[in-house]
Amino acid sequence: MTSALLYDRLQFAFTATFHYLFPQLTMGLAFLLFYLRSRALVTDDEHYQQVSDFWTRIFALNFGFGVVTGIPLEFQFGTNWARFSNFAGGVIGQTLAMEGVFAFFLESSFLGILLFRKRFSRRMQWFAALILFVGSWLSGYFILATNAWMQHPVAYQVGDDGRVFVNSLTGLLTNPWLFWQFAHNMTAAVVTASCVIAAVGAYYLLSGLYLSHAKTFLRTGVVAGAIASALMIFPTGHGNAKQVFEHQPVKGAAFEGLFTTERGAGLYLVGQPNLETMTIDNPIEIPNALSFLVYKDLYAKVKGLDAFPRDEWPDNLPLLYYAYHIMAGLGTILAAILGLALFSLWHGRLFNMKWLLWLVMLSAPFPYIATSAGWMTAELGRQPWLVYGLLRTAHGTSPLVHSGNALFTLIGFLGLYLLLGLLFVFLLGKTIQHGPGSISSQAPYTA
Amino acid sequence: METLWFIVVTLMLAIFIVLDGFDFGVGMVYPFVVRTEADRRTVLASIGPLWNANEVWLIAAGAVLFFAYPKAYAAGFSGFYLALILVLWLLIFRGLALELRSQVDHVLWKQAWDTAFTTASLLLAFVFGAALGNLIRGVPLNRDGYFFVPFWTDFQPGPEPGILDWFTVLLGLTTVSILAFHGANYLAMKTEGALYKRAVSTAWVMGRVSAGCTVLTVTAVPFVQPSLRLNFAGHPMEYLVPFSGIFALGSSLYLRQRQRDTAAFLSSSAFILLMLASVMFGMYPYILVSTTDPALSLTVFNAATDSYGLTAGFAWFGVGFLLVVAYQSYVYSLFSGKPRSDDAH
Repeated sequence: MTSALLYDRLQFAFTATFHYLFPQLTMGLAFLLFYLRSRALVTDDEHYQQVSDFWTRIFALNFGFGVVTGIPLEFQFGTNWARFSNFAGGVIGQTLAMEGVFAFFLESSFLGILLFRKRFSRRMQWFAALILFVGSWLSGYFILATNAWMQHPVAYQVGDDGRVFVNSLTGLLTNPWLFWQFAHNMTAAVVTASCVIAAVGAYYLLSGLYLSHAKTFLRTGVVAGAIASALMIFPTGHGNAKQVFEHQPVKGAAFEGLFTTERGAGLYLVGQPNLETMTIDNPIEIPNALSFLVYKDLYAKVKGLDAFPRDEWPDNLPLLYYAYHIMAGLGTILAAILGLALFSLWHGRLFNMKWLLWLVMLSAPFPYIATSAGWMTAELGRQPWLVYGLLRTAHGTSPLVHSGNALFTLIGFLGLYLLLGLLFVFLLGKTIQHGPGSISSQAPYTA
Repeated sequence: METLWFIVVTLMLAIFIVLDGFDFGVGMVYPFVVRTEADRRTVLASIGPLWNANEVWLIAAGAVLFFAYPKAYAAGFSGFYLALILVLWLLIFRGLALELRSQVDHVLWKQAWDTAFTTASLLLAFVFGAALGNLIRGVPLNRDGYFFVPFWTDFQPGPEPGILDWFTVLLGLTTVSILAFHGANYLAMKTEGALYKRAVSTAWVMGRVSAGCTVLTVTAVPFVQPSLRLNFAGHPMEYLVPFSGIFALGSSLYLRQRQRDTAAFLSSSAFILLMLASVMFGMYPYILVSTTDPALSLTVFNAATDSYGLTAGFAWFGVGFLLVVAYQSYVYSLFSGKPRSDDAH
């Protein structure tokens, strides 16, 4: 790998992963805030108004960081991946432009109303929350349509000069790959937001602060989180994995660590891929499970890495394998914790179970790690292709941006985002410390 | 269809410069008009709910350029690599400054973000002006349709130019002065009392500076890019556009002096729109002019995607554009009138 290609890849991977820490909470929280504001509007209850205002403050903070870290991604298609932009702009330019026109404007125009909400009636605040919910989910839809096309190109034709052009907009927007990807991604976003809400609730309850708010946070977060984390595993996670084995079998073999083609392939829960011997060290394996999950047949044949030429293997097998196992493992642990919390809530015991509240509080980072690992699975597994089967990553870079420039900006982004991360954590901590039910809820509503 | 999208992209960029331009201008004149914390909060509240949506015009214009002219997007964005990454970093700081200033009640925190807001606004206005200068002057495109320009070479607009040369620096400074004038006009519309007086006197100074800079720039353009003059010579009626632009600047200065705040702001908006329209008329059909060999230039025809993409795109874009204009006007109307200093979020 030439060093410019390496820096280009690292820069995109880093800026995209860092960026996605914010919109996953934005999208999940937009959904839950709409629910909370609807409740506040229908019941005309000051309690729900305070709960909504508290989460709106966190939403706005998070949204701001999401916006400023999101802009570099669109720019980088052109700055660092010029040959890819030239090759595929006729297709993915469509979905990116739709995101700008249909989603970004909507979100940014109505965010101002939530920020300056003291000037507006509850009905208007509810309406702005609805628009932000719609806008952020539309944004997710168009971005995932872009990614789905890179994973599974459809609705295109190759022009005389070798570039690709879209030949059906509806085909592009209803890419079969997109269905499971969107469902899986959005349920995961709801899990993130639910876990954060529940964790803040657990923190307040354990600290003996804002008890009534804390209980509402916990109820909302645990119920939504338990449902969403179950959906995240089945059917959406399962659906995604199945389409990987159908359309990108080499990716599936790589993330499962299946080096050789087998009938009745097992599922590795634990183990380290050894590239010297092409085996898994320290395996803990469920026999026949992989064959069953993919083909509903305990003895079905699953293609291993040996069935594919070496130059089509993803180029970082161990990282891909770990990313997938971290995603699946943490997802399962999260579903278990939230399921247990839901069970306890159902029986009226959750608010007194100190150890479980501790567990809920400390599991707040898990969904972030799981979603980052999930994206690493999807994107590392797509290698060595930038557009699956059509354009290799090595052929997508900018021809005249040399490694010195790419390294300079990579270092710049690392430093800048370190500062951003510190600022965000500091301000988030401050908002949580400040607590719900103060300043803004005491201010008079002018409308 | 290729021409239609050229108009769309330039229109979106022009809307971006007019709308985000006033909040950049507010950022630049900010230290000169505020004295107290209440002043600062009033000024920030005047753009607080609006700047983010204004900035989206840039993002959306970039995305439309991407899908309509992938080749030009690829060439331009990779060729201006350093300048664009710098723009990204500045946009990040500026966005953070506006969002985070009110979050902590400490004088150093507020001073730091005030400085970041002004510095980033100033540098961004300069870079956008210099970028326009680069488009007019041209870039050293190679046979594959790519180029790379460093920040500077010998500061001459020759065949191997840098991003900065005397011409692009002049355009950067002109843009700074015009947007400062435009922003001060906006503030005059949105403030009262002592703050209003300072906004008006700043606008008056910046208005005269921008008139001077504009004259210099308009004189310099035909020497740097003769093809621009050829386009106008071929269609003399098009001279109406830059001349009405100059007229709009004059009337904006006149209205400024008569304290007609809203009319002065609308005139400076019209001035910016008409000057950008003149550049568009002059440049057409070129998107990126080559300084090495004219035959290597990227035009709206050789850089465009195929006709299905352009036609199908127009259907959804038309609907989306009208929707955006409708609800953005609605949100502007919600925040019309003069903000109070306790309006901050």
